[in-house]
Amino acid sequence: MRGDALKAWALILPSLVMLVAFTHWPAVATLWDSLYSTPRGSRPGIFVGADNYLDLLDDPVFFTALRNNAYYALVTIPASVLLSLVMALSVNAKFPGRALVRMAYFTPTILPMIAVANIWLFFFTPDYGLFDQIMGGLGFGRHNWLGDSATALPAMMLVAVWKEAGFFMIFYLAALQSMPPDLAEVARIEGSSRWNFFRRVTWPLLMPTTLFVCVNAVINAFRLIDHIVVMTRGGPNNATNLLLYHIYETGFRFWDTAAAATMTVALLAILGALAALQFGVLGRRTHYR
Amino acid sequence: MLTRRTLLAASAVVAAPTIVRAQTTKAITLYYPIAVGGPLAAIIDGYCKDFATASGITVTPVYAGSYVETVAKAVTAIKAGEGPHIAVVGATEIHALVDMDILVSLNEMGLDAEGQKWVDGFYPAFMANSRKNDKTWSVPFQRSTAIGYYNKTAFAEAGLDPEKFPTTWDGLVEAGKKLVKADASGRTTRWGFKLAADVGNAQWTFGALANQAGHVLMNQAGTEVYFNAPKAIEALNFWRALAYDHKITPQGVTNWGTLPSDLLEGNSAIIQSTTGNLTNLRDKASFPLGVAGLAGKEGVRTVVGGGNLYFFKHASEAERKASMAFARFLSTPERAADWCMRTGYIATRPDAWETPALKAYVEKFPAANVARSYLPVATGEISTFENQRVQLALTNNIQACLSGAKTPAQAMEDAQSEADRILKPFKKA
Repeated sequence: MRGDALKAWALILPSLVMLVAFTHWPAVATLWDSLYSTPRGSRPGIFVGADNYLDLLDDPVFFTALRNNAYYALVTIPASVLLSLVMALSVNAKFPGRALVRMAYFTPTILPMIAVANIWLFFFTPDYGLFDQIMGGLGFGRHNWLGDSATALPAMMLVAVWKEAGFFMIFYLAALQSMPPDLAEVARIEGSSRWNFFRRVTWPLLMPTTLFVCVNAVINAFRLIDHIVVMTRGGPNNATNLLLYHIYETGFRFWDTAAAATMTVALLAILGALAALQFGVLGRRTHYR
Repeated sequence: MLTRRTLLAASAVVAAPTIVRAQTTKAITLYYPIAVGGPLAAIIDGYCKDFATASGITVTPVYAGSYVETVAKAVTAIKAGEGPHIAVVGATEIHALVDMDILVSLNEMGLDAEGQKWVDGFYPAFMANSRKNDKTWSVPFQRSTAIGYYNKTAFAEAGLDPEKFPTTWDGLVEAGKKLVKADASGRTTRWGFKLAADVGNAQWTFGALANQAGHVLMNQAGTEVYFNAPKAIEALNFWRALAYDHKITPQGVTNWGTLPSDLLEGNSAIIQSTTGNLTNLRDKASFPLGVAGLAGKEGVRTVVGGGNLYFFKHASEAERKASMAFARFLSTPERAADWCMRTGYIATRPDAWETPALKAYVEKFPAANVARSYLPVATGEISTFENQRVQLALTNNIQACLSGAKTPAQAMEDAQSEADRILKPFKKA
């Protein structure tokens, strides 16, 4: 019995070491750092208690980033999940050239985000970029998509949805493929409409996938900032500044490590709360086979 | 099967790197940014190879992105105990880097009489960003001023004299209005003038505009800024008016990176950019390229910019010597002249301009001398403690103004109060 326990520990040890070294320890260290002031040059950091958190409440950029991130998540998550579901349903049916369409849908996923951002940078270029050329051809005026506070964040959302949807589609497609075909046959015999079949059978059976996809989408909404770095650097006037980008700037551009650690703790808290909410609410309504 | 021979062979393989390392203790790493078009990486690689041939010291050049990215990467690497021994970083970073205590001054590295002569041989205007606390912390390398590039064909088309670039704000606006072209639907197909307002560049553009209005944005010590002064507001007001009143530049934020192609593609008749783009633009322009000093409120005014070579404290004695030797190698008159001809950056030393090669070049291509000739009317780029943070506070507010969210006065007031908050700890010290 004792030997078994030992063996069990030995088996989980490698992953435990990795998890502690790269996840738990940094999280605790960050929490610790957030209670100290930033060490600068010859002045070491001193214990300041909750001061960093009180300062955070005075940081207008933090709240701008938080609000941007909330909009960003609220738009990109439903949009990319819905789009991926539509794409998966469309390529689940049999038609000529299906493999080609599937590949086309999946292409954005395999491209590195940096490359994607550079391509979109050209699309958004005012006057001679792709969008302005199309808009110009249709008789509309020019638009400085990334240089206007009103359109910069939506432009970033568009890139994110385009990039994410293909990835989520793969999960939906796999779930659809594993669905027993007799369900559809029964429904057809019973005379059920396609919409009814989707609402009563397909959608409930896809719930576990939806939960998985949603959790990933939420994480990505806070984690993916490569396109911000390449395309706008948070500008104009913080219109596209997302939480993680603000943390990066504070930590590695301004070297205010204490403030960066404090915001990281805040981000961790937000993500933790969202994950708990998803598993609690969505998880309960999910039907696992 | 493990025999004595395989063991010996294996140990030789394991030991080899140590021996190699012992032989090449004099290997250093250089981080550098690229902020202009053209084959700069190849030029830098070439210099490093030449230096290795001449001195036996290997310099590994690492392209680290834009100026902003290069300083972030260098500081991150150094804080992690690694990183470059020498780096080309924005000349304005001096206050921030000295405050971080990661630089080694040239005085500490040791300057003999000849070394001192070398340091004194740079243009004083460029050395202004190198001295702090009575020490010299960097030497000029890729230095520039902001200048105007224009399309002479477009000037002639608009009925303007292609050889006469406007020297005043009023003249610029008047010329710009003639240069703007629209198609039948009223959509602008050619702008009069474009200037960059994206992160990392807006503060430099604005430095030139403030100087054009006769205003200095900060004190020499880097502890105070003067953003909400009437002349600073006037400068931002002028910038805003170019877009909203005169309609010769697009509204919102224009990107630094696309300015060269904007000019080359005929999308803008004039751009404000760095002299470092000169050679690249000359080689690629399909029209006669004009190069001129920037118009000011009353006369030509501009701002200096670019990067210096900084030396880092964590380097060993041998590595510091090697870094210094490399810096001196880069600034020999011939090489400074070569750098100037191949990029457009201003050769940083008067003696470089006396070399036969550069003299002949200027004779053939007088535009190469334009940036240098406006050094006397150039102001220093904004440089403070917490430099990146203060620059970003200014940039954000400029962007807010240019996209119509704030009035110039409000934007400069907000920039001032944010900068004051950031600089508070340094004012007391």
